[in-house]
Formats: sequence, structure tokens, C-alpha cells
Amino acid sequence: MMIEVRALDVRFGSVHAVRDVSFAVAAGESFGLVGESGSGKSTVLRTLAGLAADWTGYMAMDGQPLGRRRSRAFFRRVQMVFQDPYGSLHPRQTVDRILAEPLAVHGIPDGESRIRRALEEVALPRAVRFRYPHQLSGGQRQRVAIARALIADPTVLLLDEPTSALDVSVQAEVLNLLADLRAARQLTCILVSHNLAVVAHLCGRLAVMQGGRIVETLETAALRAGKAQHPHTRELVALSRDLEE
Amino acid sequence: MTPLVEIRDLHVEFPGPSGPVPAVRGISLTMGREKLGIVGESGSGKSVTGRALMRLLPRQARIRAAALRFDGVDVATAAPATMRKLRGARMGLILQDPKFSLNPVMRVGNQIAEAWAAHRKGGAQEARDAAFALLEQVLIRDPKRVYDAYPHQLSGGMGQRVMIAMMLAPDPDLLIADEPTSALDATVQAEILRLMDRLVSERGMGLILISHDLPLVARFCDRVAVMYAGRVLEELPASELHHARHPYTRGLLECLPRLDRAVPRLPTLARDPTWLG
Ligand SMILES: Nc1ncnc2c1ncn2[C@@H]1O[C@H](COP(=O)(O)OP(=O)(O)OP(=O)(O)O)[C@@H](O)[C@H]1O
Ligand SMILES: Nc1ncnc2c1ncn2[C@@H]1O[C@H](COP(=O)(O)OP(=O)(O)OP(=O)(O)O)[C@@H](O)[C@H]1O
Ligand SMILES: [Mg+2]
Ligand SMILES: [Mg+2]
Repeated sequence: MMIEVRALDVRFGSVHAVRDVSFAVAAGESFGLVGESGSGKSTVLRTLAGLAADWTGYMAMDGQPLGRRRSRAFFRRVQMVFQDPYGSLHPRQTVDRILAEPLAVHGIPDGESRIRRALEEVALPRAVRFRYPHQLSGGQRQRVAIARALIADPTVLLLDEPTSALDVSVQAEVLNLLADLRAARQLTCILVSHNLAVVAHLCGRLAVMQGGRIVETLETAALRAGKAQHPHTRELVALSRDLEE
Repeated sequence: MTPLVEIRDLHVEFPGPSGPVPAVRGISLTMGREKLGIVGESGSGKSVTGRALMRLLPRQARIRAAALRFDGVDVATAAPATMRKLRGARMGLILQDPKFSLNPVMRVGNQIAEAWAAHRKGGAQEARDAAFALLEQVLIRDPKRVYDAYPHQLSGGMGQRVMIAMMLAPDPDLLIADEPTSALDATVQAEILRLMDRLVSERGMGLILISHDLPLVARFCDRVAVMYAGRVLEELPASELHHARHPYTRGLLECLPRLDRAVPRLPTLARDPTWLG
């Protein structure tokens, strides 16, 4: 297993945000996390990335148990795209600086060609390279965040609503890119999204969260075939279908 | 009758390293107390158009228009004090990045109460009660805790709803909602849209819904403007969006992943230079 999470509990003071969550993701697999707003999806990803302090349970990456701290080597292999692209991009750095930083941190050569390729991969025009985040549209900012996550060739991607700020055409390009990377490099992904069709497109399996717990884990094929069991899953499917009409 | 919003031939440019870069190139839109959807690809000028109408663009932006009016008021030339009064009280903007637009060091409940008190008459207790009620209306499960929370303590969808509550507090005549539900799960999204719908039909509010979600706009709005590269490519009744004929609009509809069937690879847009007009 590339990622293993067992009996994870996360608290913020008196808020018990994640309760007894367990799942495992194989190398090269994409796993979806969906469920109601505030149910703990981002917290699960952030805890895996070492960004939540107060947790108990067991987490492992590629067989190595994860402790309190994450090493630099961890972040070479594991990258996260945050839900709030504005907050995660340094406001006083140009796109160029933002993309150059992970290369410098990990001592990766060929900066120039990598930056150019990264911008192309997420369909960003070259002109944005020397702009600041506030000079970009919402979708352009999100693409910078995705490009930054991909630039150091990670093996695991933790994606928190990566396409919700993107227009549908760029969303399609990003989803195709992720599928290609998965095929080419055995990339492992956890994808959080409120859009069931997006999750179903990329992931073979998914877990549904409510109130900090996983209430159902199922195959995408079963989801498409209307075989979801839990009422929350069924409600999400019904609303999503309703719009597809 | 004066339309609620009248935009004629709006142009917005930003300075670039090699001359001005156009973001909006001659947009015209007129609307009453209805639900207008604006869709279109990233960078096509949707947010800039919304911000121009509220005169909330950065200082270096160059704006030019034959008309830019809100309820008869010339937004382009109105005094700063007039604009301040309009914003918040009569026109609200729900931003794409909720956390960015909330004050990070103030409890969110107090921010909503403040927005309420700034434009209505009532004491501190009343403002507090109103803020609570608004949090409930946007379906926050534990309004007590959320009232006292700081923005960074909220999930993405909670932050988005706090922002919506804040903009609804003064009971505006026009609400510009820029991707207001993009971080919300389907159940909450449906409820928020129902709430906005009620405000439009009961209080006669006008709503501009900027969204990437074409099926959502088709279902929810009265009319849709489809934007491309700073222009409106086509305008049509929302119910006809699924049958749009313009290849750009068709392209946007076709690159959506679907839940009812799996597609191995998603189609993407092939942009045609003639669309630039
Ligand atoms: N830093 C924090 N301090 C206190 N509470 C927090 C903090 N971060 C998250 N929470 C709380 O933990 C719960 C889970 O939040 P989380 O962000 O994981 O939800 P989510 O499932 O990602 O929701 P959304 O779909 O709205 O993004 C929420 O109740 C939230 O208020
Ligand atoms: N402050 C700024 N300085 C320079 N260019 C800007 C600025 N703000 C926006 N732009 C540019 O103006 C164009 C239109 O941006 P706008 O934010 O309106 O796009 P949008 O249609 O809302 O896209 P999205 O769906 O990604 O939010 C984009 O090319 C953007 O990069
Ligand atoms: Mg989240
Ligand atoms: Mg925008």
C-alpha cells in the first residue's frame, strides 16, 4: 500500500474533526474523498501532510509509519494542492518564483525548461509567468498551485478541490493530465472534491464522509450503477444526477 | 423603467510590460430583478466585469464605458462616498476566494453582525441575533461555534457560507455572486441556491451568478451570457443553454465529466481564432 490510514482521530481543541477514519490507497491508485461540507475531508489530507498537530491513530506512506514531523524527502515525494489557492500562494512572489522554489529546495536541475513545461501542462499562457497571484484570475491561480505541486515530479498527490475554481475546459485538461501522469509514473492520488462526476472520472474507489466519519467506501462502478447504500451518498448522487438531466 | 443594471460597451485594461492588456472588450448587459448567469472560460473577464460594476477594480485598471449604471446611478463617475454607500447596502459581492475577503483576525459572527449593523437600525444584541439567524439560513450546523470562530478555523465551504451570510445581511438590491457555491457539496449548494432564489422572487433582488458550472446555471438562472476573451459571445435563455449552438458553448458543455457514464478521456476545447471577433 502506498498510503495507509488506520483509526485516525483529529481534534482542534474541543472540535473532534475526524473520527476513526481508516482507508488504504495502493500505488498508482486514485482514491476519492467526498461528503458534506465540514465533514473533515481537508483535515484528513492536511494531517497526512503533517499540518495538523493533535492526532492519534496510524498513518503510513509506502510502508513507513508517519510520525509528528515530515522530512524534506517526504515533500519531494508527496505534494499537496490546497483548497484555497489564494491562501497557499505567497502574495509577494511572482509565478516564476513560486515555481522555482520547490526546484531550489530539492536541488532539481533544469529549472528553466521545467517551469516552461509546468506552465504548459496546466494550460497557462507564458505571459502569466512574471505576474503576482493577485494579478491572475481565480482559475489561473489554481493552475499555478497545481503546476507547483507537479514540478518536482512527486509520486503522491494530495488534491483538495483542485478543479473547483477551474472552468470546465481547463478542468478537463487537468483531469486528463492527472490520468496521463498516473499512467506514465504510477502517480498515487487522493482527490477531495464535492463534484461526484469529477471524482468518479478520476478515481476507481471513493469514501463518503459525514460528521468526521467515513460512512461508506465503495467502487466508482457501484456508485455509477446506483448501488450506494448510505443515505448521504444516495442524496449526493441524486442531486448530481438531477443536474445532469 | 430604469433597469437595475445597465452596462454598455464596457472596456477594462490592465497595464502590461508591453502596453495595456485588455481584460474586458466591449461588453453590454442589461438586467432587472432577475437571475443572470455569466459563464465562460477562466480569464474571460467574468470577475473583472462584476468588480467594474461595483467599482472595485485595482487602481491601475483602465475603465471605459458608454454606460455603467446601477439603478440609474453612474458608477463610473459617482463620488467615492456614494459608492461606499451603495456597496454593502445596495449591492453585494460574494467573492471567489472567501477566506481572502474575510478579516482573518476577527470572529466571523462579529463580521456578519457588523455588516448588518452598518446598514440597518438596531442595537448590538439585535445585530448578534441577526447574524445568528443568517448563519442558520446558510445551513451552518453549529452556528454557536462558528459565530465565535476565526476564518482559519472554518472549512472551505463554511467560509464560503459565512461570506454569503455577510453579503445578505444588509438586504441588497443586487447580489453579484462569483462562484458562490464552488466549495459546497451538492446538498448545501441546493439549499443556498433556494435561499437566493427566494430573495430574488420575494424581495425583488437582482442576482448575477458567475459560475463555471453550466448545468447549474442552466437550471437556476433566467438568462445566461457566455463570455470568451473579454466579450459576450452569446446570450440566451438559461433553459436553452443545453441546446446552445455556438461551438464554444457546445465545447464547454461537452468537456464535463458525467456521473451516469464513464468516458475514457475528456474532450477539451479547440479554440477558433474567429471567436475573438
Ligand atoms: N484550524 C482549525 N481550528 C478549529 N477547527 C477547525 C480547524 N480546521 C478545521 N476545523 C474544523 O474541523 C471540521 C472539519 O473541517 P474540514 O476543513 O476538514 O472540512 P471539509 O470536509 O474539508 O469541508 P469543506 O468541504 O467545506 O471544505 C470543521 O468543523 C472545521 O470548522
Ligand atoms: N490586477 C490585475 N492585473 C493584471 N491583469 C489582471 C488583473 N486582474 C485580472 N487580470 C486579468 O484579466 C483577465 C480577466 O480576469 P477575470 O478575473 O475577470 O477572469 P474570470 O473570467 O473571472 O476567470 P476565472 O474563471 O478563472 O475566475 C485575466 O486574463 C486576468 O489575468
Ligand atoms: Mg475542505
Ligand atoms: Mg473569476
